[in-house]
Amino acid sequence: MSRRFTPKVVSANHLLEGDAVWLTEDDRWTRDMAEAELIEDEAHAAIRLLFAKGQPGVVVGAELVDASAGAGGPVPTHFREAFRTHGPTNYHHGKRAEGLTPRGKIPGNETLSNV
Amino acid sequence: MYRYNEFDEAFVRSRVAQFRGQVERRIDGSLTEDEFRPLRLMNGLYLQLHAYMLRVAIPYGTLRVDQMRRLADIAERWDRGYGHFTTRQNIQFNWPRLKDVPDILDALADVGMHAIQTSGNCVRNVTADHFAAAAADEIADPRPIAELLREWSTDHPEFQFLPRKFKIAITGSPNDRAVTKAHDIGLRMVRNEAGEPGFEVLVGGGLGRTPMLAQVIRDFLPQADLLPYIEAILGAYNLKGRRDNKYKARIKITVFENGLDAFKADVEERFARLRSQWSGADQEVLKEIEAQFVPPAFRNVPVDEFEAFRAGNAVFRAWADTNLHPHKVDGYAIVSISLKKHGDTPGDATAHQMRVMADLAERYGHGELRVSHEQNIILPHVHKSDLPAVWASLREADLATANIGLVSDIIACPGMDYCALATARSIPIAQQIAMRFEEMQVEHEVGPLKIKISGCINACGHHHVGHIGILGLDRAGVENYQVTLGGDGTETAAIGEKMGPGFPAEEIVGAVERLVLGYLEIRRDAEETFLETFRRVGPEPFKGFLYGTEETADAA
Repeated sequence: MSRRFTPKVVSANHLLEGDAVWLTEDDRWTRDMAEAELIEDEAHAAIRLLFAKGQPGVVVGAELVDASAGAGGPVPTHFREAFRTHGPTNYHHGKRAEGLTPRGKIPGNETLSNV
Repeated sequence: MYRYNEFDEAFVRSRVAQFRGQVERRIDGSLTEDEFRPLRLMNGLYLQLHAYMLRVAIPYGTLRVDQMRRLADIAERWDRGYGHFTTRQNIQFNWPRLKDVPDILDALADVGMHAIQTSGNCVRNVTADHFAAAAADEIADPRPIAELLREWSTDHPEFQFLPRKFKIAITGSPNDRAVTKAHDIGLRMVRNEAGEPGFEVLVGGGLGRTPMLAQVIRDFLPQADLLPYIEAILGAYNLKGRRDNKYKARIKITVFENGLDAFKADVEERFARLRSQWSGADQEVLKEIEAQFVPPAFRNVPVDEFEAFRAGNAVFRAWADTNLHPHKVDGYAIVSISLKKHGDTPGDATAHQMRVMADLAERYGHGELRVSHEQNIILPHVHKSDLPAVWASLREADLATANIGLVSDIIACPGMDYCALATARSIPIAQQIAMRFEEMQVEHEVGPLKIKISGCINACGHHHVGHIGILGLDRAGVENYQVTLGGDGTETAAIGEKMGPGFPAEEIVGAVERLVLGYLEIRRDAEETFLETFRRVGPEPFKGFLYGTEETADAA
């Protein structure tokens, strides 16, 4: 028996800037994971991934990553993905420096609360 | 120092022009990512967690003043004002935008630099002893040989698609500061009984998921035989190396699976065939290269002021005691500039700091800088009378941390903060350990101790050869840190022994503290280093310090 499908978002890196982006329900690529489309159906996920992979001029490395429903939109379930919404922890660079609210839990960094 | 000849210049410029076209075609959609990826990797451009990353080669870790200044310019103009010096003597820029990369490469080419072969399954940047041509214990300067290898291996048609990446390190000193035993090929410059120069050739070393120390494949190779012999090794590896499994593709596995004797037989047979095809043109080129590595015009002036300043200033004395090494010329010292200020990111320098170091090299250092594999910057030739002034400038730029070789002089890879391959963070662990020992004020009492941290099994942070090695892993979605002890990257190289279960992020600093304090309890005397104590007593007492499973009082 196949494993139960867990909710996903489509994520990638932007071709020009290289930063993390997520696919929205209305087919945009957003830098704010809160706007991402949370996909709860396996067949729909496959279609959305195909759609994402059909945009090689915009993004690189589109893939499905685990997420869950959280306050005001999807949140990552793994800390690697949380890093992608946050930026590095040693400098105030990356997403949080661009005014975006980090999502998900980064271990040892309990100031993030939107989980 | 080496300056590009017309051929180097033309080659690097043409490569930049090619890449500019490739980037344009990627952006306009003519190239897919699958087509573009190998092209960008050939030019050192990675895609990481948050951005592209450009890895720039610093051949054999040697930098001129104009080159360091250019790195500062690049950091400011196209990145976020800093760069990260790596364990392979490279520098990485963490935030370039794709469309800017060709301009960055052109800016590098202006000062004789490039990012070619800093990625891909080819011969990577050849690394060398960072004290080359300065160390008191040196037999010969290894850098002309490293430059010869760079020229020979760059764009070498036979070796652009090896089974896996290939790293060569060279040292001209019996005290191995280039970690030669952890490289695919390690070269140690030696002389035979007749006094002729040659190499001890080591093969099959490497860290990563299967750490192995290199074995001696030739105990004396005459200097003129070097390139044909390296060609024979690479040729044998190119055919015998496994291409079916990425994790078994490095030459260390080839040597291990075939056995050193069988591998050596293949190499020697090839070498016998190849040798006659080398007419000696390479030795002519080597002579031209050597002519560019002439020693600077060393000064001969009194050092009284240095001695007086040292005697009268305890802070300077502490710095001088840890950050200076003996120079081969009387009155001179080798200055190590620590990029490990407590709490800062190991290996990072701001554009301002790069300029300060370049200025100091220009004014006091005969125009030379080095990058060490331990992620510090070296001024190899400073007259002792200039040290007070050098130190004062370093202090103003936050570069005078007196911790070379001590607990807080930690190697750390970028880890999960940047790297797409990482399984855990490295940088914050390094920062916290450094801060903890700064608070405890025991670093100088503890003495020589190398902590090395990798954020994944690929071991960019050299954890296997750390006296204390820390490996960050992902255990069920939580960062977890495994400890190895007793590793050594020098001429007495050893792979560290894995201790028991790993520690979560919030416990690893305490675990390291217990190891170090435990060592202080059981060391024979203040002269016995951490590594010596570990070798004397074995892992059990240290496991006791880590896990509290042993009667530590009896362990000594």
